[in-house]
Amino acid sequence: MSKKIRVLIAKPGLDGHDRGAKVVARALRDAGMEVIYTGIRQTPENIVTTAIQEDVDVVGLSCLSGAHNVLFPKVAKGIKERGRPDTLLFGGGIIPLEDIPALKDSGFAEIFLPGTDTNDVVAFVKERVG
Amino acid sequence: MSRQDIKKRVEEWEAGTVAKTLSKNPERKDKFLSTSGNEFKRVFTELDVDEERLFDETGLPGQYPFTRGVQPTMYRGRFWTMRQYAGFGTAEQTNERYKYLLGQGQTGLSVAFDLPTQIGYDSDHELAEGEVGKVGVAIDSLRDMEILFDGIPLDKVSTSMTINSPAAVLLSMYMAVAEKQGVSKDKLRGTIQNDLLKEYIARGTYIFPPEPSLKVITDIMAYCKENVPSWNTVSISGYHIREAGSSAVQEVAFTLANGIAYVQAAVDAGLDVDEFAGRLSFFFNCHNNLLEEVAKFRAARRMWSKIMKERFKAKSPRSMMLRFHTQTAGCSLTAQQPDNNIVRVTIQALAAVLGGTNSLHTNSRDEALCLPTEDSVRIALRTQQVIAHESGVADTIDPLAGSYAVEALTDQIEEKAFDYIEKISDLGGVVRAIEAGYIQKEIADSAYQYQKAIESTDQVVVGVNKFTVSEEPPKNLLRVNPEVEEFQRNKTKNVRAERDGAACEQALSTLKRTAIDGGNVMEPIFEAVKTYATLGEICDTLRDVYGEYTDAG
Repeated sequence: MSKKIRVLIAKPGLDGHDRGAKVVARALRDAGMEVIYTGIRQTPENIVTTAIQEDVDVVGLSCLSGAHNVLFPKVAKGIKERGRPDTLLFGGGIIPLEDIPALKDSGFAEIFLPGTDTNDVVAFVKERVG
Repeated sequence: MSRQDIKKRVEEWEAGTVAKTLSKNPERKDKFLSTSGNEFKRVFTELDVDEERLFDETGLPGQYPFTRGVQPTMYRGRFWTMRQYAGFGTAEQTNERYKYLLGQGQTGLSVAFDLPTQIGYDSDHELAEGEVGKVGVAIDSLRDMEILFDGIPLDKVSTSMTINSPAAVLLSMYMAVAEKQGVSKDKLRGTIQNDLLKEYIARGTYIFPPEPSLKVITDIMAYCKENVPSWNTVSISGYHIREAGSSAVQEVAFTLANGIAYVQAAVDAGLDVDEFAGRLSFFFNCHNNLLEEVAKFRAARRMWSKIMKERFKAKSPRSMMLRFHTQTAGCSLTAQQPDNNIVRVTIQALAAVLGGTNSLHTNSRDEALCLPTEDSVRIALRTQQVIAHESGVADTIDPLAGSYAVEALTDQIEEKAFDYIEKISDLGGVVRAIEAGYIQKEIADSAYQYQKAIESTDQVVVGVNKFTVSEEPPKNLLRVNPEVEEFQRNKTKNVRAERDGAACEQALSTLKRTAIDGGNVMEPIFEAVKTYATLGEICDTLRDVYGEYTDAG
């Protein structure tokens, strides 16, 4: 049996809206992955440290407050600097389309928007990591 | 016709007329259920309503148990307050938006603060980076508040402030602005949200642990009773519980359970229930299921009046009235085909009005994408104005009363919500239930079920999982200028440089002493605010004494 995919779902910044993060975490868990959810109000540094300590394959960030352009790239940079550039990064939230190219340049493989089917998130992770 | 005869007729109808049709054309679903699990029967009849109890359980508007509305004339006297939640960027920008909204016929203000303000950080705090001015206006000191309400006479408007942990600070700033305008405190009308329990459950802008939070809330109630008698001191909020994914029944149950906890805390602190309960208000969500939502509002009013009368032995009718603000459901808005959201908001706003809301915010069509543009906000406000002036539903009170379906649903919601409240009592009350994660888990389960229902298309969301089209990316979205953060930091730096530093320090140390001694912190906060102590400095002073809450996730 292959090793289970390990995922960290995290909420960077001050935003408390974590319905989406929890739903995605549960969908990934139901799809057989090991999922850790950080809870809300995490600093990028905390998230990077948790990702390294927990030795995850995937980090998914959620932000609905509009602070994604500042917070997401910090997590991407931290994970690269700590020697884990192979970690799959994805994000989601209220994110304007025009912000997505820069987020992808910073290291995010995908940004999921409102209305996303969780099956699509599961398929995406399995395809990239499985 | 007797009940027995009616029952017979219904049975005959099911066995004959209906069965014949079903054999040829089955119904769309085996069972029609709301997200709360309330069953919509094929047809509701007199048999679904207990006619003997109906009048006692519904009564008349302005009378116990207030099922039909809290005022005797409701919208025939005055429409609900049209109050659009607004705030972004700097106090300067938001002040302009307020003047625009008032100019368009809005009748009350509702302040959205940015997250650093809501969590008690100044704009130059490291954790504020990227968040300044994003989901609301940034307020660091009295200087910002003076700008926010510049040219708006505070004795003429009522103002709702969505602020919780630092509610005492923002209310103090508001009082200080009023003082400068020459408006006395007893003339001030408005609301602070000040509902911490739902922050731990669903919204996340907590600072202190539950115990000191309840203490500060009680301090505010006691202070306002003496000094700001027309201020609503707590807006007990189901809105965010519902946004986090709860059902309609859970929204009512958890909100009223929180309400019970606040009343109990104030009674335990020695306040007389009839001296403060009349200043408690509520805040609910409104979703698309029109009949269930109308029933929800009616059930909530009836339940609260019973709770206040029977459990807390309130004597004043005012204490038993559940007055509430409604906001249409943010989570029902879709990023796909955003103009469809105008229709959703219309249905939801209509349900809120049919349910007897006292004030209303209608969401804008573009809020699944960004902050609303001025055009979108105007359409949202016009939606309310059309319902008020053109639909006719405001001309008679509680017009759906007596509908078999609505009365039956009202009873069902009340029964199920009281079951939850009892369960929470058995767990040792709301604070214990939160600490045990019970309420959060119930909500998360509902949210997940709803998502699965969408993905299986049991729940159709028009434009998302059915009737989809390929779309051009939306244009003209409102963006908060990133320079706002720098501008705000500089302004606050200047405030710190220009104020009387010694007076400020002294005020903060008085506050600290009062907090340590367990005294009422309102007066020292008001004094500190007037020395231009910043929000962050005041909250840090209290953090030192009260500690901070962290969520286990």
